[in-house]
Amino acid sequence: MRAINDLNEAPVVRAAVKKKPLSRHLVHLFLLPALIFYVGFMIYPILQALLNSFFSWKGLTRGEFIGLNNFVRLFTESPFKETFTRALGHNVIYFVGTMLAKMIVAFILALFINSKIKGKEFFKTVFFLPKLLSVIVVGFLFSLILNPTYGALNTFLGKIGLESLARPWLGSPDTALYTIVLINSWYGFGFAMLIFLVGLQAISPEIYEAARIDGASGLRMVFKITIPLAMSSIMIMTILTFIGAFEAFELIFAMQGSSGGPYYSTDVLALYFYRLAFGSVSGGDSIGLGSALAVILLILIAGATFVSMYFFRGKEVDS
Amino acid sequence: MALRMQQGLKYLILALFTFLSIYPIFLMIMSSFKTNMEIMTSPLGLPKSFTLDNYIEVWKQVHFSDYFLNSLLVSSVSVFLILLVSSMAAFYLSRYTFKWNGMLLFFFMLGLMLPMKLAISPLYMMMLKLNLLDTLTSLIIVYVAGHISFAVFVFYGFFRTLPKELDQSARMDGCNGFQVYYKIVLPLMRPALATVSIVDLIGIWNDFFYPLIFIKSTELGTIPLGMLTLFGEHDTDWNLLFCGLTLSSLPMILAFLFASRQFIEGMTTGAVK
Repeated sequence: MRAINDLNEAPVVRAAVKKKPLSRHLVHLFLLPALIFYVGFMIYPILQALLNSFFSWKGLTRGEFIGLNNFVRLFTESPFKETFTRALGHNVIYFVGTMLAKMIVAFILALFINSKIKGKEFFKTVFFLPKLLSVIVVGFLFSLILNPTYGALNTFLGKIGLESLARPWLGSPDTALYTIVLINSWYGFGFAMLIFLVGLQAISPEIYEAARIDGASGLRMVFKITIPLAMSSIMIMTILTFIGAFEAFELIFAMQGSSGGPYYSTDVLALYFYRLAFGSVSGGDSIGLGSALAVILLILIAGATFVSMYFFRGKEVDS
Repeated sequence: MALRMQQGLKYLILALFTFLSIYPIFLMIMSSFKTNMEIMTSPLGLPKSFTLDNYIEVWKQVHFSDYFLNSLLVSSVSVFLILLVSSMAAFYLSRYTFKWNGMLLFFFMLGLMLPMKLAISPLYMMMLKLNLLDTLTSLIIVYVAGHISFAVFVFYGFFRTLPKELDQSARMDGCNGFQVYYKIVLPLMRPALATVSIVDLIGIWNDFFYPLIFIKSTELGTIPLGMLTLFGEHDTDWNLLFCGLTLSSLPMILAFLFASRQFIEGMTTGAVK
């Protein structure tokens, strides 16, 4: 009797118990697709890259664990040491140059647009325009414009009587890197201006009013009020420019090829990484070195972002 | 008087930079209508006639129509998937109170500071194993994976501002979790959707790096990769080169001119994260 009862009741009870957890588990389906993509194709490969840097490599096959040997070779063995140092130096120039150009040009333009002026929306739209192009398009476009013989820039210089200034901008090791820095600044100055503008617009006009009553001059107000109060937007731009400079690849690849010509004068770390990871003859051991370089770049970039996030957390409490 | 001089100087400098930012783009578009001869002899002049010969040739001869369709397919599918999976994940993180949600959010935010391109060798080997090298699917997968963090970040911020009473009352009316998401939340989140779509669309449409690594067949190239092929094969036909560059940039420029405010807002929100 009891057994029959059990048989009759059991399915009902089981269904009742099961129904709730089942629908509750279904809720996790919201999370699942994003988690699969993110873990499978972002986190996992990054961890793999970290891991790979501690192994020896033969082509695409992983050999034995060799600890920090790849890093040591990258820093101490010729020719890796020289290439690494040279490329790192170029990254630093790229960062400092772009940052200087943006700070001077974009910040001043942001000050202008934040003042009493007509056509704000027009200027914002126009300055932003370059940012819509693909970096590869920017690179190719300027390689045509800067062509020594047929390019528009040298033709223009000739027309206005400044022929002596015309030169192979991208073809000479003396000018190539600085020319690329200027092109990169052309590409990003409108965007930088918008970021600065967000910072400037957050400053209340009463502060300026008070300073004016106290007799402060325009320039003094910029240095004593505007710049300190817009510091967080300046910091954001510095970090973004830093990340951009250490990830720099496409612009230089388009204009100077994968070895940063002429004579490696525009070679940067990301190009070097590309050559190590994909340019090697099959059977070479360069994937290990490439992974080590990737880890160094990762630490630099993630470190900068982390520091800035920490910095901003502190800032938010202040204001 | 001094004030007027100051204003005048401001406009002068603004005008100078207006010229500097537009002129290269203007030159590119003008040169795309010229013949090769015209470009060589008068690079700065206006084209003698606005014929579409270059456009027809680039569109037909150099696979540009393939590149265009590939870019369109990859961008639209990627953006759609990013919006779908990230909004679902953000909804989960902000609306349910599982004990691991805080950790999960932090885990997703980690992606904002990890440069995914540096994992390109492992990604390449994974795609090789999955038999996805030289397919558009490989591109879609890395774009979705790489953009989830930012999208979850924006959507999570949005859901936080949305009153919980709204979906609670919908639940009382008999909606289940998926219906609340689909019928109540999704229609309200248009601004957040627009921000994420614009930022991701520009990034994906213009990306050159992943196609360079993953795609080997010419006919599977996206527009930026197609530019590399074009410059390799036609390096002396400057009329075709300028035309190709113009064709690559036109979709984004046109979209921008129609919705510049959304673009600017989207991109600045994207940075000030």
